[in-house]
Amino acid sequence: MGIRFVLLVNKQGQTRLAQYYEHLSLDQRRALEGEIVRKCLARTDHHCSFVEHRNYKVVYRRYASLFFLVGVDNDENELAILEFIHLLVETMDRHFGNVCELDIMFHLEKVHFMLEEMVMNGCIVETSKQNILAPIHLMDKSS
Amino acid sequence: MALSGMRGLSVFISDIRNCHNKEQERLRVDKELGNIRTRFKNEKGLSPYEKKKYVWKMLYIYMLGYDVDFGHMETVSLISAPKYPEKQVGYIVTSCLLNENNDFLRMVINTVRNDIIGRNETYQCLALTMVGNIGGKEFSESLAPDVQKLLISSSCRPVVRKKAALCLLRLYRKNPDVVNIDGWADRMAQLLDERDLGVLTSVMSLFVSLVSNNAEVYWNCLPKCVRILERMARNQDIPQEYTYYGIPSPWLQVKTMRALQYFPTIEDPGARRALFEVLQRILMGTDVVKNVNKNNASHAVLFEALALVMHLDAEKEMMSQCVALLGKFIAVREPNIRYLGLENMSRMLLVTDVQDIIKRHQAQIITSLKDPDISIRRRALDLLYGMCDVTNAKEIVEELLQYLNTAEFAMREELSLKAAILAEKFAPDLSWYVDVILQLIDKAGDFVSDDIWYRVVQFVTNNEDLQPYAAAKAREYLDKPALHETMVKVSAYLLGEYGHLLARRPGCSPKELFAIINDKLPTVSTSTVAILLSTYAKILMHTQPPDVALQQQILTIFKKYESYIDVEIQQRAVEYFELSRKGAALADVLAEMPKFPERESALLKKAEDAEVDTAEQSAIKLRSQQQTSSAIVVSDQPPVNGSVPASNHLTLVKMPSQNITEESNVAYEEPPVEIPKENGAPAEVESKVENIPETNIESKVEPPTSRPVSQADLLADLLGPLAIEGPPAAVEQNPVQGSEANQSPVGDLALATLEDQSNSVQPIVNVEEKFHILCSKDSGVLYEDPHIQIGLKAEWRAHHGRLVLFLGNKNTAPLASVQALILPPSHFKMELSSVPDTIPPRAQVQIPLEVVNLRASRDVAVLDFSYTFGTALVNVKLRLPIVLNKFLQPITLTPEEFFPQWKALNVQSLKVQEVVKGVKPLPLPEVANLFMSLHLAVAPGLDNNPNNLVACTTFFSETTRAMLCLVRVETDPQDRTQLRLTVASGDQYLTFELKEFIKEHIIDIPRVQAASPPIPVQPQLSPAVPTAATYNDPGAMLAGLL
Repeated sequence: MGIRFVLLVNKQGQTRLAQYYEHLSLDQRRALEGEIVRKCLARTDHHCSFVEHRNYKVVYRRYASLFFLVGVDNDENELAILEFIHLLVETMDRHFGNVCELDIMFHLEKVHFMLEEMVMNGCIVETSKQNILAPIHLMDKSS
Repeated sequence: MALSGMRGLSVFISDIRNCHNKEQERLRVDKELGNIRTRFKNEKGLSPYEKKKYVWKMLYIYMLGYDVDFGHMETVSLISAPKYPEKQVGYIVTSCLLNENNDFLRMVINTVRNDIIGRNETYQCLALTMVGNIGGKEFSESLAPDVQKLLISSSCRPVVRKKAALCLLRLYRKNPDVVNIDGWADRMAQLLDERDLGVLTSVMSLFVSLVSNNAEVYWNCLPKCVRILERMARNQDIPQEYTYYGIPSPWLQVKTMRALQYFPTIEDPGARRALFEVLQRILMGTDVVKNVNKNNASHAVLFEALALVMHLDAEKEMMSQCVALLGKFIAVREPNIRYLGLENMSRMLLVTDVQDIIKRHQAQIITSLKDPDISIRRRALDLLYGMCDVTNAKEIVEELLQYLNTAEFAMREELSLKAAILAEKFAPDLSWYVDVILQLIDKAGDFVSDDIWYRVVQFVTNNEDLQPYAAAKAREYLDKPALHETMVKVSAYLLGEYGHLLARRPGCSPKELFAIINDKLPTVSTSTVAILLSTYAKILMHTQPPDVALQQQILTIFKKYESYIDVEIQQRAVEYFELSRKGAALADVLAEMPKFPERESALLKKAEDAEVDTAEQSAIKLRSQQQTSSAIVVSDQPPVNGSVPASNHLTLVKMPSQNITEESNVAYEEPPVEIPKENGAPAEVESKVENIPETNIESKVEPPTSRPVSQADLLADLLGPLAIEGPPAAVEQNPVQGSEANQSPVGDLALATLEDQSNSVQPIVNVEEKFHILCSKDSGVLYEDPHIQIGLKAEWRAHHGRLVLFLGNKNTAPLASVQALILPPSHFKMELSSVPDTIPPRAQVQIPLEVVNLRASRDVAVLDFSYTFGTALVNVKLRLPIVLNKFLQPITLTPEEFFPQWKALNVQSLKVQEVVKGVKPLPLPEVANLFMSLHLAVAPGLDNNPNNLVACTTFFSETTRAMLCLVRVETDPQDRTQLRLTVASGDQYLTFELKEFIKEHIIDIPRVQAASPPIPVQPQLSPAVPTAATYNDPGAMLAGLL
């Protein structure tokens, strides 16, 4: 399946975006988010960007106060996912201009739209920022 | 339409953001949910804009972790909205909130299909995406042809086709039949000619999935993949938008190389040459650059190329080039690269024969075992495990043992399991193997699973040369002051079997052996006591000529345990006592253990079971399965130890198959806490009994239950059968029903449910839940069915309790033949006032119940309650919530008071410590709350470590009077599922009981949601209770059953 979930969590452990590509119950989600956020928060820059958790891996990257966590299967190419996170951030940056946590909070729907253009069914659909943002631009123009 | 356009939503998000704590947030969320709920109720008044706004709020709330159990219909219905903004929200939020089994989805199948086949491109995209994310089987059946059509249509724009590709992938996974393999190979080949890289990226994912299931069919696609790689390697025709830091879409490159790993080989020489050219270029041309992103992206491609080269079994030269690269990587500073270097080396071991080259890096890998990053340490451990063979086993295992001293809890279990397996697989000689395992148990007893010590016992049993050595080693360990309980078990077992072989050595006379083992008896848990009793019996048998004083001592112990609370021990004690007076027969019955039949190591099995599942079977795993021979290093080696028979010196001696009863679990403790695979009892007696049918214990044996052990059986059979006979535990736990009862979905703590077809009266409350509530509260409902409600109120003073049972008749007819009987466990004195025979209509009867607590115990009293209503006889057995914490009174101690007490209790049996695993992962404050509810006063500040917690309480019973109990919990912030628990009090039984009691409350017991609530019981218990004669305490007996 590849990507199992994409999570954006801030340093206080508050979830800012959660998109799962496999069905988990709410309890499972809460437990999972709690556990992996705790694991990732405890790590420093000298640690690698991969955390093994249960039977999958979390590839994570920190931007200021925000953690981007992507859960993947064990045999997924970790560096490719790490850069995919950066691609997501660059895409948000291109749209919002200097994206920050507040942009994501208050434009949750746009972040969802972007992610939906980038990942589907746990697989990468699109990596061109221009193509990812095209539907959003269209929408902005029409309203 | 942006969110910012929805003012109400922005305000809500701001409000949430301004909440200072979780409680405020919850209040705000509840308010909002209430608001949305009311608004949805009068749906007619809602404008599309408002609906959309509320649906986003719901998604936001759901994301925060709150249950949103309404409004799904409204969300789904937005999908059918005529306008794009609503439709879009409907599709996106539906795929976030619902799962594929939701019934509402079925309602919109037609709308979705219309959107997919309609002409509106944006609608098509929305629908395809939702189906791709959450489409189930039904979608698969009704939509697959349409989706396929879109994917291959030439008139469709890329934006639709890329989504169609991944949507088809989902439908294919739900139902592989939707893709007709014959036709698809050619279509796939066409699709791989696609110029648009977005479509190609999606198509490649679909292709990987297809090819992982059936590579042969897609041979014609192979050259196409190579073409794609060439195109990207040469940077031909790659639009700027698909170049990432100068690298043509690294994601597509990675995916394409992944697809190629599913083809067993590449035979077409042209394609092979072209591919190797590309790979060579990647291997040689990837430099370390300053820009992190560029560096990562190029290395992502490089690592995938490495994997592909390994897979293709390239020439030796290229392989060594790969190993050299990896060797470089594992020594670099960049942690990501180090991690991946180690990981890929492990993978390389699985698929190719590069062991010798990798061994050159052994020192560096061992260094990584000390890396500050646990992710890297894990990889290093994995790699060391994979690269170990007879030549380096000693060195590696010793490193692992050393690392065990400092490894964190989270890794110790895996570490000890791996060390044990390596020691077994590659031991240069058997005595080294025994040494390693004993060291393992000594250093990390808590993390050594029972399988590990069962295995060592198996080897020793099957290898006579090893027996004196193992016994001597066991004897040495017993001299150590603080011994892990598992070590006590192994040592006692080995000395029982083989102690007599040491008889002439100093300190090893039967008397001395007994004395040193018996020293441990007061401190060990029930399962170990059982082993010790068997050991004593064996020592007794081996003492020739008989030593009267020793015999007397041992018999006294047997006598003492004849009335022990645990049935298994009781039974052993009784039987050994009787046997030991039989003289010669004893020697027959307790003769040495027969050899075990040879079988696969349960440890290896366990390690394999830990493997993971992924949707697509990983290419590497597939590959390694194809060439199993190189995956597991066979240990066929000329023996170093001359006395051991040649060839596979660690495999067990083959024996004719034996009848040994299958494992029988004994319920020492609450079953879920410690699944008693282990059983602690030497198996010898039973098998012996079969050989000597004339001994008079034969009548007690259950002959028909014996059956041959299958090779696959775990080691359980080693200690599986009980000492003398021991009915299977299933019977002990649930004597009446046997297998039927075992299948009933009632939780472990639930009421005994004995089926009774004629009785249709069912409780209308969850009895188990009510019991648990009342354990921490003093009044409430205990039981309720359509006719009666039983309430309870309690008052506690020191070790006295006064309860009142309220029996309320809910009917307009009287309840007759009312009977209430208390079955008290041995540690309570209980007096129930008389119960009237009938309860008049709509009346409530109060029945006082007096309790005196004699000593600490976790057994509970049972109320056996029955009545008739009309013709129906209803009988229920209810556990009464008179639990340990009712006799606890929290007390606050100052440091000046606490520490002297804590130190004074530094006596082995008075203060016990245990590492508890499988704990509910609670934050520390919640553990503190839990403790408060158990009447344990948490004393902040007594322990300087913020991850620890200290609590004090006073326990009241008639024997102990008021007794101070001290508790300390040490948690590991890295892993909340385990903690170390220390309990101290002036009474060893109290300490033990309190420890177990706390454990019961902190351990995460997956509670089976009782689908059918406990069913009332017919009073027919007695006939089926096994060995009924050994029970003299009906309450304890019943409580044990429940």
